[in-house]
Amino acid sequence: MALLATMAPGQAARIEAVGGERSFRRRLMEMGFLPGTQVRLVRRLALGGLLELEVRGGHVNLRIDEAAALQVQPL
Amino acid sequence: MDASSTDRRPLVALAGNPNTGKTTLFNRLTGLRQKVGNYAGVTVERVAGECALPGGTRVQLLDVPGAYSLAARSREEELALQCVAGVAGEPRPDAIVLVLDATHLSRNLYLALQVLELGTPVVVALNMADQLAKRGERVDVAALERELGARVVLVSALHDRDFTRLLECVAEALAADGGRKGEGRQDGNDARSPRRALPRELEADLAQVARCVPESWSLGSNARARAFAEWALLSVEERDELEGVPADLRARALATRQAAAQGGRSTDDELIAARYAWIDERMPSFVVQASPSRTASERIDAVLLHPLLGFGLFLGLMVVVFQALFAWSDPLIGLVEGAMGHVGDAARSILPAGLFADFVVEGVVAGVGSVVVFLPQILLLFFFIGLMEDTGYMARVAALMDRVMRAMGLSGRAFVPMLSGYACAVPAILATRTMERRRDRLLTMLVVPLMTCSARLPVYTLLIGALWPPVVVAGFVPVQGLLMAAMYLFSTLVALVAAAVLSRTLFRGQGAPLILELPAYRAPHWPSVLGMMGQRASSFLREAGGVILACTIALWFLLSFPKDEAAQARHAQTVVAAATLPEAEQASAVEAADARLASDSLASSWGGRFGHAIEPLIEPLGFDWKIGVGLVGAFAAREVFVSTMGVVYGIGGGVDEESDTLREAIKAEAHSDGRPVYTPLVGLSLMVFFALACQCMSTLAAIKRETRSWGWPVFLFVYMTALAWVASFVVHQGGLLLGL
Repeated sequence: MALLATMAPGQAARIEAVGGERSFRRRLMEMGFLPGTQVRLVRRLALGGLLELEVRGGHVNLRIDEAAALQVQPL
Repeated sequence: MDASSTDRRPLVALAGNPNTGKTTLFNRLTGLRQKVGNYAGVTVERVAGECALPGGTRVQLLDVPGAYSLAARSREEELALQCVAGVAGEPRPDAIVLVLDATHLSRNLYLALQVLELGTPVVVALNMADQLAKRGERVDVAALERELGARVVLVSALHDRDFTRLLECVAEALAADGGRKGEGRQDGNDARSPRRALPRELEADLAQVARCVPESWSLGSNARARAFAEWALLSVEERDELEGVPADLRARALATRQAAAQGGRSTDDELIAARYAWIDERMPSFVVQASPSRTASERIDAVLLHPLLGFGLFLGLMVVVFQALFAWSDPLIGLVEGAMGHVGDAARSILPAGLFADFVVEGVVAGVGSVVVFLPQILLLFFFIGLMEDTGYMARVAALMDRVMRAMGLSGRAFVPMLSGYACAVPAILATRTMERRRDRLLTMLVVPLMTCSARLPVYTLLIGALWPPVVVAGFVPVQGLLMAAMYLFSTLVALVAAAVLSRTLFRGQGAPLILELPAYRAPHWPSVLGMMGQRASSFLREAGGVILACTIALWFLLSFPKDEAAQARHAQTVVAAATLPEAEQASAVEAADARLASDSLASSWGGRFGHAIEPLIEPLGFDWKIGVGLVGAFAAREVFVSTMGVVYGIGGGVDEESDTLREAIKAEAHSDGRPVYTPLVGLSLMVFFALACQCMSTLAAIKRETRSWGWPVFLFVYMTALAWVASFVVHQGGLLLGL
């Protein structure tokens, strides 16, 4: 298990678990961040403190600390 | 359609995820026949329009707020469900056009399943299939139609001119459903929506909750009751902002979810996973995949989101926006002012001189003028914002700015309202409607009025022009320009600090976590950009126009009454005496007498008396009672300060901030002991006061409406005015101590 923040840009991973506060967690899952789904770290936004993730063909930005809700297994 | 329902046009709801081209399609289908209103009880704009079907039937089209899911936590998110399902006061749609983005089909299908479960006839408009084709992928429309149980039409909202095929399917859906309108849908009809296998315990939970779904929601359909049960299980929690949920449904959903949690199950996980399981199983048959490749948007973002380059380009763009706001809008503002001047002159020449003419020209025409004079800047600003939103760049800006904004307790999404605040706080307050949480919205609304809006500009221009020489320092930096820039920087910093303080005190607690989707870049659709400019301008006129107009009229009244009889008698004598002067001097003598009368009348008017009354309060800031009168005037709208000072100093109200006469009068104005009233220090103190004080009735009115309470506008007024007083006090007294 690892955190997205520790991955290198371009690297893909499989989501193992989704945590976080209920409505955030629900919205993450509804946008496709489900256990078993593949995500790719597209880039880090150094100035924004964000991670750009690709999931199900969509590009979604999460804050680095908030993205810790996603536990992943790098592929 | 049966005969009984022909008195009402069928209602078609247009629903979909954000960034699917839903609004573009809506604009295409309705053209300019749109009606913007508000939803009951919330301040989200309700945009509806009209459109003709191929058979000639005219339907009403409703643009449902974009949503990733019907599940909701806030009142605003609840709207999508209410529009699509037609509950809690919203009319039930006769058909739903579901706009899906073919390039993000699996996520879009999540919402589609929720909508289909409600049992209302659905037509799927599959947008951006042409984009998919470019990547070498293809959608199997027949498979999609079979699995969804709904007609699927490929469209390109951006490029298509002809939507006949889509509208034919809508007509077909309406016709098939027409006979059953108004009655409950029986279960035979439910076969339409896709069936999903659910874990047995979840089925039992849903059945339990479904029994508490009111008949007025389920319309007697079991499938519909179950759809609402799923919605309630996902949406309701102990502390949410939902308002339309019946009490027993709420209690049942909570209890069922908790019971499941005690058994180690999460109903959220099971419901969401079940929908995605259905989708994932069928996705391979829906889309014929090609090998994944880096999209064009990703390549563009490599530049625009680059840590250095991206930020530099963004700053460059902001420079262009501000340049437009200040330099390019100038000729337009001149045109508006000129036109209003002509209208005033025309009114003067038509109406008999007297009180009524004064009222029309100085009250009504000046009031209308002070509203429309803001339009050029507002239109220009929303042209840029519309362009940035339509091309997809705005989401990148929110991403770039998030860290800075977050440090102040705001989110990247607060950037658009803050930017709008440089033109006018009223549209900026309306722009906070896109924010998810009430805390974030309120916080943004309370700091946006601190940004340097265009109404402060004339005041700064007047004072800087009068009190600082047009010299250059350090070889090339003009002092006046430097001061103006300093005022903008000052207001921005104060707004950010205010946000930081408020978020750590009154609004303690976390803002909403950020989930920010970056839509694919696309060429702007100009009608949508122009449409947004028009909508913003009309909402400004609606929200602010009436208030500014009423205040200007009230202000005219306060500054004109009661009439000073003695001064009028003196004026009449002077005018009579002037008739004996040589003809060349007559006009100027009468003019001087008129100006004197105006200034005397003002001194004895209610407004003038109020200026005297507050003098002890503002004296420590370096202001005399005449400035006090100007401050009273500025409360209606800040720029009124300039014309009020024109009247106060006996020059007449028809001056503007570039007027040399007014500048000279300000320089010459002296206390009774001969000291000048306006030193550069007093000017600075006055500008600081204008930067911080809440002198804008329309802002207060807008916040009153958005928060549906008097408490927040009162709080805003008190905190800004107190801040202004303290800051001006520090500037003036501190300056005096330093010997300035």
